[in-house]
Amino acid sequence: MVGYLVLENGEVFEGERIGYSMDTACEVVFNTGMAGYIETFTDPSYAGQGIVMTYPLIGNYGIIPEDTESDRVWAKAIFIHELAEFESNFRTKYNLDKFLRDYKIPGLSNINTRKLTKMLRDAGTMKGYITSNISNMDDIMKKIKEYKVGTVVDEVTSKDIKVYGRGKNKKVALMDYGFKHNIVNSLLKRDCEVTVFPADTPAEKVIAMKPDGIMLSNGPGDPEDCIYQIKNVKKLYSTDIPILGICLGHQLMGLATGAKTAKLKYGHRGPNHPVKDLKEGKVHITSQNHGYYIVEDSVDKKIAEVSHINLNDGTVEGLRYKNKKIFTVQFHPEACPGPEDTAYIFDEFVNMMTN
Amino acid sequence: MPKNKSIKKVLVIGSGPIIIGQAAEFDYAGTQACRELKKEGIEVVLVNSNPATIMTDKNMADKIYIEPLTVETVKKIIEIEKPDSILPNLGGQTGLNLAMELEESGFLKQKKVKLLGTGVEGIRNAEDRQCFKDMMESINEPCIASKVVHTVEDAVEFTKEIGLPVIIRPAYTLGGTGGGIAETMEELEEIAGSGIRMSRVNEILVEKCITGWKEIEYEVMRDSKGNCITICNMENIDPVGVHTGDSIVVAPSQTLSDKEYQMLRTSAIKIISALKIEGGCNVQFALNPTSFEYAVIEVNPRVSRSSALASKATGYPIAKVASKIALGYTLDEIKNEVTGKTYACFEPVLDYVVVKIPKWPFKKFLTASRILGTQMKATGEVMAIAPNLEAGLMKAIRSLEENVEYFYLDKLKDLEKTELEEKLKIVDNERIFVIAEAIRKEISVERIHEITTIDRFFIGIIYKLVKMEKELTLNQMNPKLLEKAKKYGFTDKIIAKLSGKTETEIKRLRSKYGIQANFKMVDTCAAEFEAQTPYYYSSYDDDNEAKNTDAKKVMVLGSGPIRIGQGIEFDYCSVHGVWALKKQGYETIIVNNNPETVSTDFDIADKLYFEPLTPEDVENIVNTEKPYGAIVQFGGQTAIKLTKALSDMGVKIMGTQEVDMDRAEDRKEFDEALNNCGILRPKGSTIYTVGEAKAVANKLGYPVLVRPSYVLGGQGMAIAYDDKEIEEYVNEINTIAQEHPILVDKYILGREVEVDAICDGEDILIPGIMEHLERAGVHSGDSISVYPTQNVEKIHEKKIIEYTEKIAKELNVIGILNIQFIISEGQVYIIEVNPRSSRTVPYISKVTNLPMIDIATNVILGKKLKDLGYGTGLYKKSDYICVKMPVFSFEKIKNADTSLGPEMKSTGEVLGVSKKFENAVLKAFIASGANVSTKGAILITVRDKDKEEMLPIAKKFKNKGFEIYATSGTAKFLKANGVKSTVIEKLWEGKNSIIDLIESGKINFVINTPTKGKEANRDGFKIRRMAVECKIPCFTSLDTVNALYQAIEDDTEEKDLKPVDITKI
Repeated sequence: MVGYLVLENGEVFEGERIGYSMDTACEVVFNTGMAGYIETFTDPSYAGQGIVMTYPLIGNYGIIPEDTESDRVWAKAIFIHELAEFESNFRTKYNLDKFLRDYKIPGLSNINTRKLTKMLRDAGTMKGYITSNISNMDDIMKKIKEYKVGTVVDEVTSKDIKVYGRGKNKKVALMDYGFKHNIVNSLLKRDCEVTVFPADTPAEKVIAMKPDGIMLSNGPGDPEDCIYQIKNVKKLYSTDIPILGICLGHQLMGLATGAKTAKLKYGHRGPNHPVKDLKEGKVHITSQNHGYYIVEDSVDKKIAEVSHINLNDGTVEGLRYKNKKIFTVQFHPEACPGPEDTAYIFDEFVNMMTN
Repeated sequence: MPKNKSIKKVLVIGSGPIIIGQAAEFDYAGTQACRELKKEGIEVVLVNSNPATIMTDKNMADKIYIEPLTVETVKKIIEIEKPDSILPNLGGQTGLNLAMELEESGFLKQKKVKLLGTGVEGIRNAEDRQCFKDMMESINEPCIASKVVHTVEDAVEFTKEIGLPVIIRPAYTLGGTGGGIAETMEELEEIAGSGIRMSRVNEILVEKCITGWKEIEYEVMRDSKGNCITICNMENIDPVGVHTGDSIVVAPSQTLSDKEYQMLRTSAIKIISALKIEGGCNVQFALNPTSFEYAVIEVNPRVSRSSALASKATGYPIAKVASKIALGYTLDEIKNEVTGKTYACFEPVLDYVVVKIPKWPFKKFLTASRILGTQMKATGEVMAIAPNLEAGLMKAIRSLEENVEYFYLDKLKDLEKTELEEKLKIVDNERIFVIAEAIRKEISVERIHEITTIDRFFIGIIYKLVKMEKELTLNQMNPKLLEKAKKYGFTDKIIAKLSGKTETEIKRLRSKYGIQANFKMVDTCAAEFEAQTPYYYSSYDDDNEAKNTDAKKVMVLGSGPIRIGQGIEFDYCSVHGVWALKKQGYETIIVNNNPETVSTDFDIADKLYFEPLTPEDVENIVNTEKPYGAIVQFGGQTAIKLTKALSDMGVKIMGTQEVDMDRAEDRKEFDEALNNCGILRPKGSTIYTVGEAKAVANKLGYPVLVRPSYVLGGQGMAIAYDDKEIEEYVNEINTIAQEHPILVDKYILGREVEVDAICDGEDILIPGIMEHLERAGVHSGDSISVYPTQNVEKIHEKKIIEYTEKIAKELNVIGILNIQFIISEGQVYIIEVNPRSSRTVPYISKVTNLPMIDIATNVILGKKLKDLGYGTGLYKKSDYICVKMPVFSFEKIKNADTSLGPEMKSTGEVLGVSKKFENAVLKAFIASGANVSTKGAILITVRDKDKEEMLPIAKKFKNKGFEIYATSGTAKFLKANGVKSTVIEKLWEGKNSIIDLIESGKINFVINTPTKGKEANRDGFKIRRMAVECKIPCFTSLDTVNALYQAIEDDTEEKDLKPVDITKI
């Protein structure tokens, strides 16, 4: 069936509908990963967004349930060049199309994803609308205009407290703004018991648990919209509990300590972003997924110093807080998808809790 | 760390002649390295024995030695030039081995020469089997159960421990020479024996066979600071068991989930960190398709064939960056030249699929085994870029120039299901066609997977292509179907064939429906950043990224994959053509599909189109670029074949016109042209059938030369001595579809002479006349060629110049041409005129100091020779004698006949340069790897009609103190003529047999002249194969032996020879 993606600049991409057949607005972003679509589609940080995969063949290895990063697909829509007809992998359970239908996610295949990516690169991230009917463009444009990603953290966060790896050595409180499973797995692997707290948990309750360390997870949306969470992170900052922040968690700690965030023109989404660790002077290839960043000039040098920068555009990729056992990174040390080169961040966190 | 300032003069070691397993990719890597070093202001000294390369060009290095790549010679060059460093990791295995030997001998330390890039320890840990295994164990990376052994007995014992089948891998050999899979103990003994012999250190690895696992490669880079990146991963469609050089390879991997992808990526990075690689490196993995179990197969601590492929596949210039790393730069200091904004320290992402298919020489070697295994057999490869795998495969298959445009072979069409299932079990170069046929006969994807162990995903792609064929056959043509067919990479020709329409109709329909090719850019980053690099591939998506400019544009057609008869020389010509055009202010466009070459480097031409060289693919480019004209005379037969199509598209052919090219090929017209000039040629006629051939041959009198027209490298050419042979050869030629007639000529035995010349319509310029040491009958590409001539009389030389001028003008040649002459009994004959560049152009340009392609390009653009400052007529002779010698890859191709004849068989060439003829010959022999000892033993076994001629040769060697072994007939003849020899039985077993003698290593070389016929079961054939497999030279032409004798007659040895810097010639 024919389907369309209408962009806020009025461009229309015609393709073939895949997944669940429904119309929806979304923020359209592109991801450059050549493998890892299962992890990407189930990453809660994509809530509210439609993902364009720049790699032209998606679905080659089907759906492997144990590779998902949450319990559902969070992206609002999927835009791909071609859907694989023959998926093949020893762990495959079913195909991508069924997966999308199961989670009621619409998508388009057979569209010129390179042209779309170039458009997003040149014009910046745009909003768009996926539909099968473009007869009423005025209505579609209105819907696009009205669309807001909004406070999606509330949607993706867990409703209840949950404990993983009970009885393990270090107790870590994980603030769930939309955490990826591999953050928990990375901590479990390092002998930590992980307690996941819903995003609206008051800081006091977290502190009362007396954790050895706190993890601020990744998550979707504009960090400035997370007013309640920022307030709580401020309280966590003022304790002396070791804290590691990833992605949104990194941004929230920045906002909580007076720094500012801004939106990148078209974001960093992919497995190939070079990040320089300023302390060791070494570059690591990182997995990234973010549309916002902390403005370097807004960081109070007395509060924090920049520990990592992006080699491509020089943006802040990590902060180390002064006189605190706190450090945060913009990239994803938990990988999944993407390179595992920065897993050492978790080791540092565990060391920080130990010393 | 910025550049190491102490590096001021660097010796770059090339990879030597093109052989199977080591082809043009190292010219590409070396050229990138030299350019980079020069850009950094470093003095570059280059040594490479291969004169056809671009890296040995005068603008590439400050000092250039075209000398044997031996420890002895390189030591001498180091003593003369006193470089402070050596760059060893860009010259393939040859360069690396040489550098290691120099290091191990303590010579480098003594001369205070640094090895740049990866340290000795790292190289040893990667290259030495046992060190590698120990290292992998120490970092917990899994290897396959294996053991290093030096004797067959130990190999057998270990195999009993781990069980059959096992793989044998000899240490320090190229392309796995001498290796193989043993399924039985008998096979084990055979393969282990030959492997031990082939290895430089007489060492083999016996390894548990994991055939059927996925084979995955990672190209990785690391700098001195420890920054590591992976450039690209690649998946072999053919599972483990087929050498990666013989596998169909796709990039990026297609069937790995992110978990598997990252597991292997992490392992690759761990390995290069442990080896402390500084530069590029290639890691090969085997991955169990049904678990996360994997094993590291091999690590190449240097730039390799795969890195050339990865460079072209991603746009990331690996060799260039590796050179910078060797100079001390770190990855985060090097700019990504493609984007101009980002740094080399990142990982390329692709938004397309890349397919590589090897080009095999089996059409050249009819007796050879086509089975693919751990011994690489391909001479070259093609690469295709497309938005999907279907189109990638289709583009690649037509880039091979095998007259096959889709996965269909006529000869398979009548096979039944059961026959196809049997055939699927055979792993040879046609397996993918058998798979397609099996799908046509409705054998299931699952069943094909079961038999071949090829991943279902890939078989699924073939299934989709076959389904598309059916749709085209059964359905009414409609816009959707046509668009899909184009997106799957079907050419108009094939769509027409399948849908019962004509090609013109399909083209018209496409134009009606608006289905046109558009070009996308290769930008290393999947469009994330704006790219500066005009590197394109075609797709049937909308949005053409190739922007037409107003500049005056000239298109240069490349020469496609490296094959016997059309090698790296033509890439040399294409690249120089582009450079010459650029100098004259033209915008240049290059079209080519060979990932190993310099021409497909994105910074050679202004625009690079990585596309098949077929009329339709080229037309797509023409429609977008609307070039002012095209030059076809530099790209070998591949480009020449496109002349008519280009003219039909309205593209101006620059230089010699199509009609005149045809006149050089068409028998009748060529005879007429020669007649007009009053030039003689051997009498002959064109024929189509065996009957006609016999009639002509009998009229001319035997022997006659039989050959198809319009081929390069003498494919299918043979000398026939009687009716029976005529029958055999003509039938052989006719098995390959023949549009053109077959030529039968009187075979004239004489001295063969060759010229390359440039003609501007008024004058000609001949850089030099070359003489072949082997008499007519041996293909010019397989002959030893000497410049300047040694045995041509002045009056014949004058005739040659006169004829060259006459025929060049008669054929209205504008640009370059190549002529083959025969001088016999005082007469000069022309046997062939090729109005295009030839394989001798690079070498003659270098040794005469005449930039032939630059001059030819200027002439093509309308300039006159007399204004170009090089004069006209025959250029002044050089003081140096230059001997070009062919190099063969016979040991790689099982059962290939090694006897020389009119059909070309060599894969590459070396050059010997000296003031003295004998020394130049000696250098060339040394460079080609022959044993040039001045004492020892030889084995002679020649056919009756050569015995008379052999006698003086035998005497000469005998007098020099050589021991002579001979087979009974030859020995008897020698004895009757007063030469004592040891008789050796042709028996294949027991003491005193040929096999025993050859294996004993007592023999320096074998002289064997082939008897008639091409059957593989003859004694001569077996002797030749035996020699090849024992790495003992076997000369099949007495002229070659004479040349060797001249070289060693005065007891000159390698140590007595002086290296020559050709920039000073």
